[in-house]
Amino acid sequence: MGAGHGHFLHFHGHSALHRLPAHAKLVALLIFVTCVVVTPRTQVWAFAAYAVLLLLAMAASRVPTAYLGRRMLIEIPFVVFALLMPLIATGPRVDVGPLRLSEAGLWGAWALLAKGTLGVGASVLLGSTTEPRDLVRALDKLHMPQPLVQIASFMFRYLEVVLAELQRMKVARESRGFHARSVKQWPVLAATVGALFMRSYERGERVHLAMLSRGYAGRLPFAAELAASRVEWARALALPSAALLVALAAWVRMGA
Amino acid sequence: MHVPDGFLDAPTSLATAAIAAAGVGLALRGARRELSDATAPLAGLVAVFVFATQMLNFPVGAGTSGHLLGGALAAVLVGPFTATLCLTVVLLIQGLAFADGGLTALGTNITLMGLVGVWVGYAVFRAARAVLPRRTSSVPLAAAIGAFVSVPAAALAFSVLFAIGGQAPIEFSTLAATMIGWHTLIGLGEATITFLAVASIAATRPDLVYGARDLVASTHDLEVRTGALA
Repeated sequence: MGAGHGHFLHFHGHSALHRLPAHAKLVALLIFVTCVVVTPRTQVWAFAAYAVLLLLAMAASRVPTAYLGRRMLIEIPFVVFALLMPLIATGPRVDVGPLRLSEAGLWGAWALLAKGTLGVGASVLLGSTTEPRDLVRALDKLHMPQPLVQIASFMFRYLEVVLAELQRMKVARESRGFHARSVKQWPVLAATVGALFMRSYERGERVHLAMLSRGYAGRLPFAAELAASRVEWARALALPSAALLVALAAWVRMGA
Repeated sequence: MHVPDGFLDAPTSLATAAIAAAGVGLALRGARRELSDATAPLAGLVAVFVFATQMLNFPVGAGTSGHLLGGALAAVLVGPFTATLCLTVVLLIQGLAFADGGLTALGTNITLMGLVGVWVGYAVFRAARAVLPRRTSSVPLAAAIGAFVSVPAAALAFSVLFAIGGQAPIEFSTLAATMIGWHTLIGLGEATITFLAVASIAATRPDLVYGARDLVASTHDLEVRTGALA
């Protein structure tokens, strides 16, 4: 990637959240979503508290709300599933307007919407404030097995190259009058998949050779190792610590 | 079919995470045999390929379209161990950078798509290859059968997980029947596209199709000589 050329997943910025080391943010995210997931769904107030915490973090990131909102649309298929749940779940029924809905199904739908949305929101925030390169370094720092780190690193590095290749094939198809309308056009699209595989594979071979000729011996050199000071860890863990308190309070109230 | 956070309860998520970790651990060992010494660049590009393929929309009609899941396709093209690794990384990146699939549900997603999808697809592919005549033309057909079975198999696995740790009591038979019925249709699409894609690759570069390697006359492997300059 050339200078000044941002990644399409990352929202360029210089907020406190952007500057935090990626591995600290990743640990923070993991603790936060774990707290959300283990909170009993009947403790509705706890989810409101999580939402406030997350919104505070989003405000601190200074990433536009519209951008975050657009990225969160990825959740829609499961919203549909959540909305169906009260209709198909078993158990006692309650009347809501003209519908007789399952009580357990309603709770299930609520839990899915609340926990799913908080999870998506937190992940979108991490994705928007962390450069993909740093995400890979964070995985390395957190001792994910080397082959997986390297595959992830190559995936980010060549994502835009291969997507651009796919886009060029689309332009080539359409400039020959192709328009995908029905199943009849599948052979052409499948040939695209085939060509894309061969080009990706051959690119992989070329990249591997080029790396070998430059002395690659099984480990990728990172320009600088990620490091987090105590202050940075404290900052990163502020949000999940608050979430942990909320989760504990929710469990205590649940038991009371 | 990316499971988000909070869809399954914590014990089920933990259990699937353990299964996923064990499966990926085995795949890390096995992948060394499938691709030569350095797996990373090739597997990375294959992961990008799987990711890009999932973005290609296939029109079904009436304005709707679907996309390939690609587990069985990847297993036939690069071998099941490498395919598991590629799917794992694709799911990891989708979860971390795109928020597609929850972080606490990563184990569930890897189990469903990277393990069940890939390995059922590959096992059925192998079984079909054993029955079909030993010809290059059998490979796309066997791949299609593998792809067809892999999709409802993953849907069945999902239904079982939901019955164990789902958020709402939905009759298992109802859920499984609906999920499998629906995914059998999706499987038909998956099978057709996998057939066409593997056929197009086998026609030009059969040596690149892992599942057809036994049919291709031995190609010269790239030999890296060290110390030649010394």
